[in-house]
Amino acid sequence: MDIFTIEHIALATGIILLLIGIWGMLTQKNIIKIIVSFTLFDTGIHVVMVAISYIKGKTAPIIGESVTKENAIDKIVDPVPHALVLTAIVIGLGVTALMLVYALNMYKHKKSLDITNFKELKW
Amino acid sequence: MIKNFIIFIIVLVIGFIFFSIFLDFNGSEELKGLGKYYAENGAEEVGAANLVTAIVVTYRGLDTLGEVSILFLTASIIGFVLSLSSSNNEDRKVRQASEILKTTSKVLVPIIFVFGAYVFINGHLSPGGGFQGGAIIASGVLLLFLADPKRKINHKLIQWIEAASGISFLLLGIAGILLAGGFLDNSFLSLGKLGHIFSAGAVPIIYIAVGLKVGAELTSIITNYNEIQKEEE
Repeated sequence: MDIFTIEHIALATGIILLLIGIWGMLTQKNIIKIIVSFTLFDTGIHVVMVAISYIKGKTAPIIGESVTKENAIDKIVDPVPHALVLTAIVIGLGVTALMLVYALNMYKHKKSLDITNFKELKW
Repeated sequence: MIKNFIIFIIVLVIGFIFFSIFLDFNGSEELKGLGKYYAENGAEEVGAANLVTAIVVTYRGLDTLGEVSILFLTASIIGFVLSLSSSNNEDRKVRQASEILKTTSKVLVPIIFVFGAYVFINGHLSPGGGFQGGAIIASGVLLLFLADPKRKINHKLIQWIEAASGISFLLLGIAGILLAGGFLDNSFLSLGKLGHIFSAGAVPIIYIAVGLKVGAELTSIITNYNEIQKEEE
């Protein structure tokens, strides 16, 4: 089995990013670092989706000189996951911005960004 | 100690799930299903050279409308939460920007705005589109704030741009119902010649509206963040 093709390398990169993100979210104590880990996790999933949509030897789904209307079906990768990832990136941006605002307000409240100082909702 | 062990087990299990996906993954050889339909008919039906744009704006245009509303909701919640705790804009202490940053921002900001407009006007022809162009415009505003944190931004103007572009997006969708096949159908304007700037019917107009709306929303988020910034003594 050949695992050093471009789609395997991209998939492995995405999976590693995703695992680093999960590990960071579970181990870090600083709220900002947790948010950074979340964005790493997010980006890992995007890379995995784009890697899975890759088709061997095909090019980007844009009709131009080499890809024409007639031969598009033999020349391009799957455009649907690309559109999905475009949506997911924007939603990820919104979620990150909201988390940062909440982190800011938590800091104002207790003058601390350490998650172990926030015990009100801990079970 | 026991906590670290549990975290290690969780990461290991998720890693195992993805590793088995990795082992079974062989890469596909040809387009299937929905992607095949879009590759065959997308250029014919929508007339956009960039097939991702054809999907985002026309085939799945309703999702894009929802996405833009989510971004609007985020911007409003951030404005609401931050305005509850905002301090007076006049007495806050901010660090002065360096002379290099101030001068460079004067040169670069117009170029960044023009580039953002280029990216969303050409969204149906080349990589890019409304969201990317809007983000580039907002990054220009961010550069303005880095150079002068006390700069005033006209909130009314941003709100009007945002409302006008959001309503025109909706009206273009409804025009699709009245004049063509359905909601957000772009073919009520001439589809034009593939690969030209005036092509793909209503797609470029919708993407201009999306670009202005996303730019205005991100600008309002950045403005809200900037207005509570304060140097600690």
